[in-house]
Amino acid sequence: MKELCLLPALLFVVQLLPARSWDVNPHTGLQHIISQAKPFDTILVHEGVYREGGITIDKPLVLIGDARPVIDGEHKYQPISIRSSHVYMSGFRIVNCGITSLDDIAGIKIYNAREVYVSDNILDDNYFGIYLSNCVHCYVSGNYMTAHSSVEHNSGNGVHAWKCDSLVIQNNNMQGHRDGIYLEFATNSYIAYNHCEKNIRYGLHFMFSHNNTYAHNSFINNGAGVAVMYTRNVTMVHNVFAENRGGASYALLLKDIQSSYMADNIFRQNTIGIFMEGCTRSLLERNEFRQNGWAIKVQASCENNQFRHNNFFANTFDISTNNQLVFNVFDSNYWDKYEGYDLDRNRAGDVPYHPVSLFAMVSDQMPYAMLFWRSFTVLLLDRAEKVIPSLSPDRLRDNSPLMKPYDSVRSGQ
Amino acid sequence: MSAAVRTEHRPGIFQMLKIARYVVSDILRNRFILAYLLFLLVISMSFFNLESDPVKGMMSLLNIVLIVLPLVSIVFATIHLYNSYEFIELMLAQPLRRIDIILGEYFGVAISLCAAFCTGVGLPILLYDSSIHGATLLISGILLTLAFVSLAFLATVLSRDKSKGIGTALLLWFFSTILYDGIILMGMFAFSDYPLEKAVMFLAFLNPVDLTRIAMLLQLDTAALMGYTGALFQHFFGSALGVSLSFLAMLLWIFIPLWLAVLIFRKKDI
Repeated sequence: MKELCLLPALLFVVQLLPARSWDVNPHTGLQHIISQAKPFDTILVHEGVYREGGITIDKPLVLIGDARPVIDGEHKYQPISIRSSHVYMSGFRIVNCGITSLDDIAGIKIYNAREVYVSDNILDDNYFGIYLSNCVHCYVSGNYMTAHSSVEHNSGNGVHAWKCDSLVIQNNNMQGHRDGIYLEFATNSYIAYNHCEKNIRYGLHFMFSHNNTYAHNSFINNGAGVAVMYTRNVTMVHNVFAENRGGASYALLLKDIQSSYMADNIFRQNTIGIFMEGCTRSLLERNEFRQNGWAIKVQASCENNQFRHNNFFANTFDISTNNQLVFNVFDSNYWDKYEGYDLDRNRAGDVPYHPVSLFAMVSDQMPYAMLFWRSFTVLLLDRAEKVIPSLSPDRLRDNSPLMKPYDSVRSGQ
Repeated sequence: MSAAVRTEHRPGIFQMLKIARYVVSDILRNRFILAYLLFLLVISMSFFNLESDPVKGMMSLLNIVLIVLPLVSIVFATIHLYNSYEFIELMLAQPLRRIDIILGEYFGVAISLCAAFCTGVGLPILLYDSSIHGATLLISGILLTLAFVSLAFLATVLSRDKSKGIGTALLLWFFSTILYDGIILMGMFAFSDYPLEKAVMFLAFLNPVDLTRIAMLLQLDTAALMGYTGALFQHFFGSALGVSLSFLAMLLWIFIPLWLAVLIFRKKDI
């Protein structure tokens, strides 16, 4: 973890130089002290409310909030603008940045910087939370962001990164923003242990952000779940996607994603677990799908994806697709609807399992047919289709469905 | 003479309850209801034990409730009523109102069937999944039992012939559990170019089995129902208005056949 060494390195640099430390309270004014300070000085900001318009940090400084001082943007200004590398900022409460459509105004905005460390701040009622523009090796951690807008066009993203590289975004909590985390052209980054809940649009949204790792995040009850697009080499592990529900809602939308790896994620009670479109050469394994409407929707444009060792429990429909041809491999998954037997005791069923049910196809074309789901008549039709597949794609099948749920601990993974 | 005068002065409800009590003890004596109770108990216990997830157990249980419950209710009530024809004739010779006799019979049969259902299914639900799903299944199961006992009474008073009555009852069961949905699905395929959401919702109200199924669907498949037009159903059937309308429709399914049965029975030449 190269990025993790940032903080000690930064502190080391700070100690080497003949830096002095400053004490700031609302009377002395923060901006005034920043202009007097020399690079690599430490500024201890004491309790109080700082209303100084926008505060700009234009030299390497360590800013530490004592008893959580409040930086107020008064609904007009951008509270903090960081225009220098090597800035450390922690322990603040940053509130009320303005809203403008011309300029993406943010609680903390970082411009063209390297090695900026923003941690343990509370951001409330800001347009964008933390905005990183053209930054490298920055570290955003332990921040708590809330916003209160109810419409998409009046709100910004929690953490927004544009044209960045090697970021670490960790342990943050985003609520009520447009997107919890938004990455565009942000590469080689590590996004972990974040919690995105009740954001208006997506919990996580990224485009053209290659080689990123997303681990242990939770995306709960966001407007339309998580949407990731036009990206390759995505690694998503141990994330939780839950309760993303609605007509156009999915837990995870994979659109034009290549060579990616999704493992050990949990999808719980979503309308659609994973919606795949133009997704190629990816491996999905050991994920758990529980009580979703549709666990996975695979569109015809997906190919060479492999699904193995996933567990499917109590979903209304397991898999649905929109064509007869199948270019993806389903192998050794556990399907709770499987009714086959295992005579040779190799833990895999001897009869292939067809995860696409007739009614899943029917309700794709006639959504209101859903009202007749679980009717005895529909059950009979589904049964007949299982025996002699005619409408559902025969080739979409799992040839060795597991008899018991895949247990990664017992299987030595 | 004095006994007759005394009963004349007592309100009808007491006589009705007295008859109902007698009917319940009569039903308990013939052991069928115990077998039904045991069957439900064993089935629900094994569903909950076999499935790792109580929600899945509930789904399997729903199928039983939708198929077996109406069948047993309607067939049992019909046979019982035909078998107690002589008893009813005897009662008619007494100074009792006909409405009290038939309602007494109704409550006797309904109470025993509901009690069997509540014990057989309610006990396992209480043990394994005492959530809102379970409560919904229990309440809608009771309403469904009542509705089908009503239908059975209607089928019985319509014809003196036992085989004809049972035939009608079976036909009613077959129609409402299997045929009805099949016909609507066929219609939906035939007219798939038209917006049919509202029509389909209305048609669901015309079948007590569908109403029960939808009440459970809202509990078990919430996630799927939130998608597409499913949201429409969710908004309607999930709202307070939808729930009360469905409940009202179920009550109508209980009262209208029973009321018709009472009307016919009162004028009937025994």
